[in-house]
Amino acid sequence: MARQNEHIAHNLDWLTVVIYVACVTWGVFSIYAAIYDPENPTKLFDLSNSAGKQLMFISTSMLLIIAILVIDYRFWETFGEVIYWICIALLVTVLFFGANIKGSHSWFKLGGFSLQPAEFAKIGTSLMLARYLSRTNVNLSKFKDMLWVAGIVLLPAVLILVSHEMGVMLVFASFAFVLYREGVPPIYPVIFLSAIVLFVLTLFFSKLYVIAGLVVVGLLVYRFLIPHYERNLRNFRQVAGVVGLMTLYVGSTDFIFNNLLEKHQKTRILVLIDPYSDPRKAGWNVIQSKIAIGTGQLWGKGYLQGTQTKFDFVPEQNTDFIFCTIGEEQGFMGSLLLICLLLGLVVRIVTLAERQRTRFARVFGYCLAGVLFFHFLVNLGMTIGFMPVIGIPLPFFSYGGSSLWGFTIFLFIFLKLDSQRPFTLARG
Amino acid sequence: MLENRKYFIYGFFILTGLIYLGRLLYLQVFDKTYETSTNSIRKITDTPFRGLIYDRSGKQVVHNTPSYDIYVTPRKINITDTAAFCSLLKIDKPMFDSLMTRAKTYSKVKPSLFIGDLSKEEFAQIQDAMVDYDGFEYQKNAVRSYNTKSMAHALGYVSQISQKQLDRQEDDYYRQGDMVGQTGLERFYEQQLRGQRGVRYVMQDVRGIDKGRWKDGKADTMAVAGQNLYMGIDLSLQELVDSLMQQKAGAVVAIEPSTGQVLAISSAPSFDPSLLSSSNFSKNYGRLITDPYKIMLDKSISSYYRPGSTFKTVQALAAMQDGAIGPGAAFGHAGVKMKCHGHPPAGSVHSAIQWSCNPYFYHVFKKMIYHNSERNTFKSSRIGLENWAGYMGRFGFRGRLGIDLFNEAIGTLPDAAYFDKIRGKNQWRFGQFASMGIGEGELQITPLKIANLTATIANRGWYITPHIVTGVGKQGEVLPQFKERHETKVNKSYFEEVINGMEMAVIRGTFDRSAIIPGVQMCGKTGTSQTKNPKHPHSIFMAFAPKYNPKIAVAVFLEDAGYGGFHAGPIASLVIEKYLKGEIQRKAYAQKWIAKNYLQFVPIRGQKPIAAIGVQKAVAKSADSVKKDSTKLLKIK
Repeated sequence: MARQNEHIAHNLDWLTVVIYVACVTWGVFSIYAAIYDPENPTKLFDLSNSAGKQLMFISTSMLLIIAILVIDYRFWETFGEVIYWICIALLVTVLFFGANIKGSHSWFKLGGFSLQPAEFAKIGTSLMLARYLSRTNVNLSKFKDMLWVAGIVLLPAVLILVSHEMGVMLVFASFAFVLYREGVPPIYPVIFLSAIVLFVLTLFFSKLYVIAGLVVVGLLVYRFLIPHYERNLRNFRQVAGVVGLMTLYVGSTDFIFNNLLEKHQKTRILVLIDPYSDPRKAGWNVIQSKIAIGTGQLWGKGYLQGTQTKFDFVPEQNTDFIFCTIGEEQGFMGSLLLICLLLGLVVRIVTLAERQRTRFARVFGYCLAGVLFFHFLVNLGMTIGFMPVIGIPLPFFSYGGSSLWGFTIFLFIFLKLDSQRPFTLARG
Repeated sequence: MLENRKYFIYGFFILTGLIYLGRLLYLQVFDKTYETSTNSIRKITDTPFRGLIYDRSGKQVVHNTPSYDIYVTPRKINITDTAAFCSLLKIDKPMFDSLMTRAKTYSKVKPSLFIGDLSKEEFAQIQDAMVDYDGFEYQKNAVRSYNTKSMAHALGYVSQISQKQLDRQEDDYYRQGDMVGQTGLERFYEQQLRGQRGVRYVMQDVRGIDKGRWKDGKADTMAVAGQNLYMGIDLSLQELVDSLMQQKAGAVVAIEPSTGQVLAISSAPSFDPSLLSSSNFSKNYGRLITDPYKIMLDKSISSYYRPGSTFKTVQALAAMQDGAIGPGAAFGHAGVKMKCHGHPPAGSVHSAIQWSCNPYFYHVFKKMIYHNSERNTFKSSRIGLENWAGYMGRFGFRGRLGIDLFNEAIGTLPDAAYFDKIRGKNQWRFGQFASMGIGEGELQITPLKIANLTATIANRGWYITPHIVTGVGKQGEVLPQFKERHETKVNKSYFEEVINGMEMAVIRGTFDRSAIIPGVQMCGKTGTSQTKNPKHPHSIFMAFAPKYNPKIAVAVFLEDAGYGGFHAGPIASLVIEKYLKGEIQRKAYAQKWIAKNYLQFVPIRGQKPIAAIGVQKAVAKSADSVKKDSTKLLKIK
């Protein structure tokens, strides 16, 4: 066939590639800045430090990209289910053979490097979802199909939770975006969001106020949002019922908070409300992270000039808290650029996903966009005190081979699918 | 349409981005709390060492020893175990509370002194533990140390700045806990001695380990070291003077006439300057300030006395220059109420000075006051007094001389305005102030000014404002006002008349002849200033030597001691001998004068003069520190 003679990068979406290259490059320089010790400077190309290692991860990523571009695009659709089950197998294996890193059994130790199968489980789950949803007759408004989908997502999520990786497990919530797009009735995301909003509200305000607020909002909805000709007892009962359920939920938040969360998870949420309640321990990360970012001011302190991050005030400053270095050294302008890059990438992927002819490619694209967005939301949110400290990396920036490889493979599988779009037949 | 759901998703993503951007904009640009509260950059204040003080031979008189101050910023502290913290600093809970309250009163966000003046050893014990306490920082400081037990008044002392001084400061330099010169040279040369505080910004990691300078030190300001002071004081002479003055009240000022440099300046009773240094301060200040003999008062510059007969020298000079009398003028004793001391008739200025003839100087002063064409005695007195006051001004008796010490008193030199005020305009004439002719009456002169008069006479007509410091920063860098020669514009030959009289006063006049220094031509004038106790007037003596090319001019004031020539005189002679010969040859004589106790005659504040015997012990006890400190001063070989 003619297209097999074409260049492997033919028809690739270059805008996405440029954003990818920019993020990865900026990332490695930021890692170097985060670990830079002015009294004892090491070179960037030094495998003994994490910046040097990250460079090595980047170069191996290039090999992965080439491999993905060479492999026929139909491979992923054909073997999607197989890949999913391999991932599940790995997640099970790691529970027994994984190294114990900070109490979590989610890492394989291979020589000097570690590999986290959870990173790849996201891809496997995405492929599986895409496969399942591209079957004919699958309709997400049907309860049975929804159950299947929930099973696909929850199986790896539960396995990851068992390995004590709460943060990575939460990433699986990001599949809500694709499910919403693919037809889950809107009532589910509404319930989901309401639950989160109400939970947060009860953390900050007394429960009595929240319930009173609910009643007032309910009355306002009945009086002003419902047209007068529909204001009957039935509708009133419905509104009252919703308010009643919400009140019940609000009343039970204490139970959720005290019984379903572990102690360290509770403190992480509590310090979100008031970091100074425990400034030296649980609140430390949030306080130091905010100080580091705050001292950056408009233009930042300048590359390698940050002092809060590199003198170890901010923990995990080259992995989960890499944004602190950027915020401190590049200031608000740096933050602005980073948000534009990452959100630009996510929006671009959604746009690409929408132009796919196959449901498989579209679902896969939405999975990618959702996962990337969730990482962005939680990671950045935690550094600026909006989110509890959940240890998930900032895509393409944070130090770490598994994370970089995982996202690179994820992204380029989608770009490969996208590049082959003209040769696919529209299905479903 | 399911496809339309993509807009919700776009909207959700972009909304999140905007919320985050808004948060970052606030955190990084608008919220200024993080601009300053960086904990990786530590501001270190460098207080430079205060300048050292040397005497004229280069001997170090004042130096610094290191001490440590602990500062607290109340807003930053987070002490979980107050008891442990208190035991670390060796304070109790009430003390801790009161210190904390004081710090909070000053400022909650600015560092203020918590505990000051820890020695190097004390600080070493707590240094490591202090790292665990947020909001506490230390500052290395220096405490004044003295290589002498002498000269407490002129050196002055340094102590923590008071709240009042903090409020009043003009250039906003001082912070709470800063040390500042309070009296003497320490106060006068505060700006030069203190130097300029510097600020360094150093980076530190989370464990408090130094990580080098921030921005390569571009934001730092260098501390400028305090400048050293070089004094004209001869420390060995000063120490002799202070030991001669022990158990006595009064003042001694010795000046090198040709330069105006003060060779020794003493106020008695005195105390060991280290009593007011650093941690000793709070212990001793209260005791010293309430001392019955006003021990903290620098009598050499802040006390004034009626100068008595020493004033006759300047009266004669003014009258001769004015043409009121000639050098050979003769006046009898007739018609003058003042008594004379029984001496051969005074036929000239020369012999009148020699015998200190009171009636003679009554006439001299009268002649001078009425030496104008005005017939009305009231108006004539006014013109004459103004004319006279003009002459006195040329000798430095009007206003302050301007020595480089804080708190120089003006004293009183009555002029027309003065008598107008107390007696009414033109309601006074010569008879009402005639006693000023012999240095009594309304005259109030500081010992410093009499010493300066002596130097002026020694110079035969001019003086340089007496000054203690002859070099700021380096030897010879003297303030400009101490280079200027003040001329009296009195004919040199008149000075010779007076000087000859002063020479004779020592050899065969009012002076105690046993005090004559063998081989030294000393010119002196005695003075006896009346007090409430007729048996114990103030004893005053002024002298310079040698007669030609004089090297030293001295004024000695002894309170409640007796006649000038017999009490102040011998002390002046010993001072001159020591300076001219380098040592005292009359050792037994010196010991005798060191041992003399005139303090017993000095009325204690608020009490009547006490009889000598029996009280001596009490006096000695109250002057305990004085005695203890200064008996060892004299090292005569």
